[in-house]
Amino acid sequence: MRVPILKQGDYLIASIQSALTDADLLQLRDDLADMAGRNRARAIIVDVTALDVMDSFAVRTLRAITHILRMRGARTVIVGIQPEVAFAMVQLGLTLGDTMTALDLEEGLALLSNGREPR
Amino acid sequence: MNTMKKQPLALVSNESTSALLTELVAHLRQNRTQLREEWARRITESQLLTAMTKEEIFAEATSVYDNYVAVLETGAVEALQAYARDLSERIIPRGVETHEVVGIVLLLRDVLARSLFKKYQSDFALLNRVLDAYEPAANRIANTVAVGFVQERERIIRQQQEAIRELSTPVLQVRERLLILPIIGVIDPQRARQVTEQLLRGIRSNRAKVVVIDITGVPAVDATVANHLVQTVDASRLMGATVIVTGLSAEIAQTLVTIGVDLSKMKTIGDLQGGIEEAERLLGYKVILEATETTGAMKRPTTV
Amino acid sequence: MNETRVPIHSDADIIAARHLGRKLAEQVGFSGSELTVIATAISEIARNIVEYARSGEILLRTMNQGNRRGIIVVAKDRGPGIADVELAMQDGYSTSKGIGLGLPGARRLMDEFDIDSKVGKGTTITMKKWIA
Repeated sequence: MRVPILKQGDYLIASIQSALTDADLLQLRDDLADMAGRNRARAIIVDVTALDVMDSFAVRTLRAITHILRMRGARTVIVGIQPEVAFAMVQLGLTLGDTMTALDLEEGLALLSNGREPR
Repeated sequence: MNTMKKQPLALVSNESTSALLTELVAHLRQNRTQLREEWARRITESQLLTAMTKEEIFAEATSVYDNYVAVLETGAVEALQAYARDLSERIIPRGVETHEVVGIVLLLRDVLARSLFKKYQSDFALLNRVLDAYEPAANRIANTVAVGFVQERERIIRQQQEAIRELSTPVLQVRERLLILPIIGVIDPQRARQVTEQLLRGIRSNRAKVVVIDITGVPAVDATVANHLVQTVDASRLMGATVIVTGLSAEIAQTLVTIGVDLSKMKTIGDLQGGIEEAERLLGYKVILEATETTGAMKRPTTV
Repeated sequence: MNETRVPIHSDADIIAARHLGRKLAEQVGFSGSELTVIATAISEIARNIVEYARSGEILLRTMNQGNRRGIIVVAKDRGPGIADVELAMQDGYSTSKGIGLGLPGARRLMDEFDIDSKVGKGTTITMKKWIA
């Protein structure tokens, strides 16, 4: 299932609606890479609120997205990681590395417009 | 505890047993009305389910009876398990106890057995065969219902315990978007996990941007505690919150470093008060990009 | 005893396995956070099947041992097998730089974890978690 990606000014917002297969995640990565380049996006926000599990593949792909987009001059913010998911991730030893995170879409946009450095 | 065979009951026995069960089921269906009534009557006589009215008892008796016959017929207990859980969920808050549930199921087994005695009393050999077919099934049913009830009861008790623990765990909201978690004393791994879960849920519901974890009251840390603290910090950050750890004594800091914790990743401040002040500063701090007239888009950060 | 069998042939089946695992764990009585942990562990071993064996199955079962209740997850495949199980299970926790390694990660999430693998025959992974 393709993740809808919306354009909001200089930003792209990818809103994940339900559990994604590995193929869906890779598709998302490719779609974002493609759109970021074409739209000269300054930042993308990936909303993972609907994900009830984030395993090693999901994390690897999100980090890959951050990396690819950085090369296209865009920052990435992951928003909406749920409490249980965050807890499971740290127990598994998964981190998002340099990728910025925020509580939700609102906070993600605030983070980007503030120009603040990641924590 | 006896282990229950998983195969459908009809397959456990041979063909004639399966034929007997079919006949048995037909008999139970035919006599459904009077057997249910007899059972409900005996329940009341035995002073079971006193928390329920006669009508309620009859209504539940009907459901249990039909499920009972269905299990005899199909050999599959899943529907009965689901019903047992559902029934338990409803009657436990009414104060119905385990012995009552076990009691009524055994009463039904008895009522049905007597009915079989009456029907086959003229042919003792046949009666024995019928009972041989009936007994294992009846026992399995009684077990399923009793276990379902007990499990549901345990689940409810655990839920209540969890609710009590939640009330006694301090995740404090003293300012908007700022949470404070004072950790006091030694906590066991289970409680530690629960505290973290509560904090993370609190970050979501309070939309907290800063969390101050105060460990002034923690006497000592070992690898487990340190690991847990790091996990709590990391998970909070995944949710977009900034974490400040306060009350870190020199000894504990040293222990953490020895364990291998990277303290440079954590914001640490001596005492709780200092931590709160820093949190407030973080919350009130905004970078405003200004343009000046003369030089066009010159940017200068300003504190608000 | 509740048992569910999930065939694993594609990445879509990984989601099915986690979903069913979560539901079964819920029936056992695990708390919200533990449900996610169990689903995540299932995800890792299910993906392991898809990636290395291409197909296999996952069995989910409840456990009842006296006072204790729990869930047991068995992942079976007839894939190439793991030549060096110890190496595969090396916990690269500190060296994996947070990208996570499937099997060691799953082990860290569950209470008991066992791998039985033979090159050319296949792999069986058994994981258990108990209600605390």
